[in-house]
Amino acid sequence: MRRDVFQAIADPTRRAILGLVVVGAMTPNAIAAHFESKRQTISKHIQILTECEVLVQKKTGREIYYHFNPEKIKEIDIWLERLRKMWENQFDQLDNLLNDL
Amino acid sequence: MTNNFVFETDLAAKTIHIIREFNAPVEKVWKAWTEPALLEKWVVLKHWTAETRMMDFTVGGVWLYAMISPEGQKHWVYAQFTAIENGSAISTTGMFCDTDGNPVPDGPKSYRDTVFSSIDGNRTKIDMVITFEEESTLRKFVEGGFKEGIAMTLDLLDELLARENQDLNG
Repeated sequence: MRRDVFQAIADPTRRAILGLVVVGAMTPNAIAAHFESKRQTISKHIQILTECEVLVQKKTGREIYYHFNPEKIKEIDIWLERLRKMWENQFDQLDNLLNDL
Repeated sequence: MTNNFVFETDLAAKTIHIIREFNAPVEKVWKAWTEPALLEKWVVLKHWTAETRMMDFTVGGVWLYAMISPEGQKHWVYAQFTAIENGSAISTTGMFCDTDGNPVPDGPKSYRDTVFSSIDGNRTKIDMVITFEEESTLRKFVEGGFKEGIAMTLDLLDELLARENQDLNG
């Protein structure tokens, strides 16, 4: 299944995980310690975030750390900017139409 | 002239809040927002056309129209009216459609509440909140075949508007 950045943020737990990792890279244990959910549940969310490429795994010594990938989240901004532009263009067209009504 | 355009997104709340002012009385804006022949003129993108298949502007009624790409490909847009306050507010539920224009009832929905208010009798403020069932809907919403339109440059938009003016005046 193809993952995209919107799936990454579609869940409140995943948004909370991102909120943690944005501040600094974390091990899966450290992430899980912030939540009351089962360890597997958090692992699953981390897996989805990694598949969405919003989190990147890096090994430091024997530990795996998850890093935040800001480039990926920028995609959302790009989409929203396009949507804003679409509305702006439509409204400009409406201005023009209203002038002639 | 300032039109006080606001476009705020809240991904956690899955909403987009849009505000815009128009230099026309609310009756005119309402007309441009509710009559298919007028709607078709301003909801379209550069080199695209809109074609209404069905418009029943009553509560429970539907506006179903196709956005037609320059290559002739149709993208159906389905909006069901869930509340209408004449001259002041419209609520709709949007659904994705299959290629024949049939709405997909199990598909993701979006909800739109639009409020029209008069400013000094000769200007109109539109306040709109769009709520998505899921964030991925937002992506579909943006992606839905509009890439070409999004790529439009401002000078081409001017060209389009100039042509529309001629059409309206001619």
